[in-house]
Amino acid sequence: MTTLTEAPAPVEERAPERKPRRNFTPWALLLPGLLWLTVFFLVPILTSVSASVQTGNYDDGFKLTWHFANYKDALTKFGPQYYHSLVYSLLTTVFCLALAYPVAYFIAFKGGRWKTLLMALVIVPSFTSFLIRTIAWKTILADNGSVVHALNDLHLLKITTALGWTVGNHVLASPAAVVCGMVYNFLPFTILPLYTSLEKIDPRLHEAGADLYCGPFQTWRRVTLPLSMPGVIGGTLLTFIPAVGDYINAQLLGNPNTTVVGQRIEDLFLRQSDGYPVGSAMSVVMMVGTLVIVMTYIWRAGTEDLL
Amino acid sequence: MATQTISAPAPADGSAPLKVRRKSPLAWAKQHVLLAVTFVVFVFMLLPNAVILWMSFNQPDGKFNYTWNKFSLDAWKNPCSNSTMCHSIGLSLEIGVVATIIATILGTMISFAMVRHRFKARSGINALLFLPMAAPEVVMGATLAALFFNTIGPGAMGFWTITIAHVMFCISYVVVTVKSRLAGMDPTLERAAEDLYATPTQTFMKVTLPLVAPGIGAAALLAFAISIDDYIITVFTAGNSETFPMYIFGSVQRAYPAQIDVIGSLMLLGTMTVIAVSQILNQMRTSRKK
Repeated sequence: MTTLTEAPAPVEERAPERKPRRNFTPWALLLPGLLWLTVFFLVPILTSVSASVQTGNYDDGFKLTWHFANYKDALTKFGPQYYHSLVYSLLTTVFCLALAYPVAYFIAFKGGRWKTLLMALVIVPSFTSFLIRTIAWKTILADNGSVVHALNDLHLLKITTALGWTVGNHVLASPAAVVCGMVYNFLPFTILPLYTSLEKIDPRLHEAGADLYCGPFQTWRRVTLPLSMPGVIGGTLLTFIPAVGDYINAQLLGNPNTTVVGQRIEDLFLRQSDGYPVGSAMSVVMMVGTLVIVMTYIWRAGTEDLL
Repeated sequence: MATQTISAPAPADGSAPLKVRRKSPLAWAKQHVLLAVTFVVFVFMLLPNAVILWMSFNQPDGKFNYTWNKFSLDAWKNPCSNSTMCHSIGLSLEIGVVATIIATILGTMISFAMVRHRFKARSGINALLFLPMAAPEVVMGATLAALFFNTIGPGAMGFWTITIAHVMFCISYVVVTVKSRLAGMDPTLERAAEDLYATPTQTFMKVTLPLVAPGIGAAALLAFAISIDDYIITVFTAGNSETFPMYIFGSVQRAYPAQIDVIGSLMLLGTMTVIAVSQILNQMRTSRKK
């Protein structure tokens, strides 16, 4: 998280007398950790690129046959899953930003002495396993619960069902429930970086804006928003990246028509004897897709230095 | 907290410390809309925890503890009546502790190298450290599963493969946390120790380490929290073992006992107690100094 705020490592100008001695200490310190990351992160990712063009099954083993048809399968057979993953994660990012900005703004500028307590309240829920908290939404959104009753009384459920967000008279097992769960799970990830960058803004700048005849909205638009952009970008990235890969919410709060890429990958890997190559191909597609979206976003936002 | 001193004439309730020059109706509305939105979002964020606490006192009607039936203390009296669940909690804690220790040591070493030494390939190493935080979990899990399938086979997967995976994704978070602490440290303190004829080992043990310790502690806590809560990568590397998150996930298909809500409540209440106690101790210490 802190990568975004991390200052360029202060390159030390230390005792020049040490210079001539060739120093192996940094490499000794780096080696074990980097080796771990190479063997258990980098190599697997590269292996999966090779696995994605193999054929075979668990009993007879897999062979590298340059079977590029795996990619054809991965791309054509799972269209709805890619669509769902993309739409749900984009919606989640947008909703999270829309909800997190006012909250972070309020805590940073109007929190006063309650600031620390309010920020603690943002983090405190995550002490309970996120799975238990996600499953709690099954109780909240249950068919005989007050949320469904209220929506029914307001006739909103008919509208959302007509739009395809909910199914029948239920809120659970619908796209709306999946997005609700995802927004719930990722909201703290949007609030934290937003708060950090808003908190740094000197409130006197608001007064300066007012002195220069800016209305409150203009002050926000021209002073606060530009200064909080690092937080906006950091927060949206911290939400979008895990949201693309998330399949917990789709699995727990969705229905068979809301499946996302992650569910299919898990299924191919863990429950199908010959699914491993196509599953690898899907992982590669997903990774490259996420990378392209994130890089384009960072490039468009003009903040390459954030990484 | 610094803003407090700037906007000194804040009302006692602390609701609007910001001085607004011209009290336009728009500004008034803005203030209250903000308050209302914040309130609703906080309800949204805290509601599930309240529901978990509430449902832990339920006697479920049937297999799934999803709807309120009637009050009962059964689940609180026998939290371990389901031995599978408590075994899985034990496994999660073991993995969490081992993975945290390894990741904290490796990550701290990397942070020291990154902040204190000059060497080539710095940006490449930064990228390698950043990628595990940015890659979708399912991709890391699936590719790691592929590696383990190919090398040791599905049968040999369990405690150690899960631990290896957890160390892998915890290292980056440890580095980020420790590095920020190290970078904010005054290097002259170490030079002062050297001037006072401390050997490098003494300087490290008596000056550097105590100063970085809070950062290392925070990093270890973060790593532990991420490790015991992880589901996606764990399910791909677990073989036949079952961690607590895997048990919860499986319960949605089998039966969801109220005991899970008891554990969920305990996790929250336990950490809140720890925080409250440490806050009180801290305050006592600072007031004594004064």
